[in-house]
Amino acid sequence: MDSDAVVVEHLRVQRGGRDVLPDLSVRVPEGQVVGLLGPSGGGKSTLMRSVVGVQVVAGGTVTVLGEPAGSPGLRRRVGYLTQAPSVYADLSVRANVRYFARVVGVDPEAADRAVEAVDLAGHADARVENLSGGQLSRASLACTLVGDPDLLVLDEPTVGLDPVLRRELWSIFRGLAEQGRTLLVSSHVMDEAVRCDRLLLLRDGSILSDSTLAELLERTGAEDAESAFLALVDEAGGRTPDSGRTADRGAPDGGRPDGGTPDDGTPDGGYHGRHLVDEEDEPS
Amino acid sequence: MNPRITLATAGRILRQLRGDHRTVALMLVVPCVLLGLLAWVYSDAPGDVFDRIGPALLGVFPLVVMFIVTSIATLRERTTGTLERLLTTPLGKGDLMLGYALAFGVMALLQAVIASSFAIWVCGLDIAGPVWLLVVIAVVDAVLGTALGLLASGFARTEFQAVQFMPAFILPQFLLCGLLMPRDRMPGVLETVSDVLPLSYAVDAMKDVTATADPLGDVLPSLGVMLLWVAAALVLGSLTLRRRTP
Repeated sequence: MDSDAVVVEHLRVQRGGRDVLPDLSVRVPEGQVVGLLGPSGGGKSTLMRSVVGVQVVAGGTVTVLGEPAGSPGLRRRVGYLTQAPSVYADLSVRANVRYFARVVGVDPEAADRAVEAVDLAGHADARVENLSGGQLSRASLACTLVGDPDLLVLDEPTVGLDPVLRRELWSIFRGLAEQGRTLLVSSHVMDEAVRCDRLLLLRDGSILSDSTLAELLERTGAEDAESAFLALVDEAGGRTPDSGRTADRGAPDGGRPDGGTPDDGTPDGGYHGRHLVDEEDEPS
Repeated sequence: MNPRITLATAGRILRQLRGDHRTVALMLVVPCVLLGLLAWVYSDAPGDVFDRIGPALLGVFPLVVMFIVTSIATLRERTTGTLERLLTTPLGKGDLMLGYALAFGVMALLQAVIASSFAIWVCGLDIAGPVWLLVVIAVVDAVLGTALGLLASGFARTEFQAVQFMPAFILPQFLLCGLLMPRDRMPGVLETVSDVLPLSYAVDAMKDVTATADPLGDVLPSLGVMLLWVAAALVLGSLTLRRRTP
């Protein structure tokens, strides 16, 4: 890969007097779909807000498409989907998307295409407040897609959607990546890991793993992303400040007991987190 | 700042209002009902009390109504996340502030025309000066309410707080604007304070336009002070909009 769309170095973010991200460094390669997975409360949204430049940061640097995060030049090139759908409830879907189209300076036809892309053409004239939860989050997504940004930062875009729609959205994301766009997509549903080119596992403000899914499974010997995640948590050892906060598993087979990771899959002790992977994959 | 984005924002706000018939009806009808009520209260009183108080109220209504509507509307932008999203786009803070000022300015024009017409032709308010000037004052007054509402909403975290800001920001101005007691007969300190507050100038301008046949010379300085307040509130308000939040 040629370069990185996002470079985060020693990012430190405090919220409510607490270090949400104590010292985080990570890279998002250009033209890929990078999944940001982990339990809620682990710092996913905070990292994404830092990347789009709306988060007050206490230290470190975030470089996006070669410029400091939040630079005026990035506002047309970075699309942000907030976790809660942020659209105007008292406007129609079309009116919402057309407004954001005018704000980013694209024509109304682009708005109609974005509405079609999220499969809301049949509801384009419905007021947003009358939509279902899934339709609402797709309306919000259309407002992000409309400007055709180079980097899309999507905070839980598929939450609450049925499997068919999730598949459709992921195929949209895949198509965008094939056109050279970069996507940073968060999810707390571990089974979405298979859709991503790379996975970032974030827990308690630290990156547990940064690799492809195949590498992650190979290293942990786990069968899927969720078991791999649990294996990594176990491996990190007693570093669990509050035991009540475990992985918020959204996968349908959430019946696996905590700590029930297969013993034979324990990785060798030589895994040092993301740095190992970075050095292998990205000779800067 | 970008005219395209400012106008798009104003258009979007007006479209939101258009979908909310009850709010539009309240904005346009309530001032007329209150003016009518006031005229009725004084209908048997000796002298021309309504001619004295009516114009002052024409200066109070637009400010109050626009203040409430704007502070709630912008608070909603903050709490629903649309503001955070907008601030990651090319939209400038000024685009948002001016967008609101323009959109509610249009509403103010409608409100001013309807309330003034009602006061003059239904309630029998006598206007010595030109009616167009009365409408201009009402529009500036409403834009002032919008600007103050934008500023106040920057300090409100909840709807409860935003609504409480109306008595906090507006009622002191109402008490000191000269409606209850002529300003030059108040205690010195209060008179000085009322010389600073913008509603005093709105009420003065309204009184001038009803009392004098050629009030332009008296009204223009008042309008100037009101516009200064508009500018100051918009600038201060845009300072409360932060792209980065904790």
